[in-house]
Amino acid sequence: MIKIVFFAALREQLDCAELSLNAEDMETVGDVKQRLSDKNSQWQQMFSKSSLLSAVNHDMVDDSHLVKSGDEVAFFPPVTGG
Amino acid sequence: MSNANKYACQEISIQAEDFSLADEVALLEKDNLTDGAVVTFTGRVRNNNNGHSVTSLTLEHYPGMTEKSLAKIIKQAKEQWQIGRVKVIHRIGELFIGEQIVFVGVTSKHRQDAYAANEFIMDYLKVKAPFWKKERITDSGETSENWLDAKDSDTDKADLWS
Repeated sequence: MIKIVFFAALREQLDCAELSLNAEDMETVGDVKQRLSDKNSQWQQMFSKSSLLSAVNHDMVDDSHLVKSGDEVAFFPPVTGG
Repeated sequence: MSNANKYACQEISIQAEDFSLADEVALLEKDNLTDGAVVTFTGRVRNNNNGHSVTSLTLEHYPGMTEKSLAKIIKQAKEQWQIGRVKVIHRIGELFIGEQIVFVGVTSKHRQDAYAANEFIMDYLKVKAPFWKKERITDSGETSENWLDAKDSDTDKADLWS
């Protein structure tokens, strides 16, 4: 399984903080986004945003990054701390 | 454990509680006889943003990744400049007008490295560390909440270091 977590505005818009997906048929972060987009049109819209950031096991990555069972994949909007 | 290591363990703190600038400066200086420069930055909640009247900010973060991201930024700063001690504090939760949000303290032998490293850490924190601000604003008696958008100017500023 792959643990997926969402933060900030994205978490509120999806009304979901975390979920788990079977790692089967998913090789990259891009595949994870595609699987999440399949849920419905709202999710599709959220995961097609070019500004959306992704992290795997607490490191920022791009869509081509490989994922495997046991990974924690995070999606969130551009950061605004400080 | 050496004093240097003991200090290194406390370089990063993500906390809901407020902090004391005087206490943090005292820690940066304690038993530190080699560094002549201490540069600190404190960020506070201001009462306005984009023409709106702000009443509070709520800070969210990604536990684990935030600490890892800040540790990486501090490591980069230490590779680039001759600096001694570093301390980064970032508060989370709801913070009101005038409250402290963030602290960056850096020591070095001479001022140039401490100034530069401090600014670098703050600029990178702004665009790389997973924190998000939601502001509560009141306009003509109406209260609303908005997640802040990232600013291009922050990205441009951070890019100047690369």
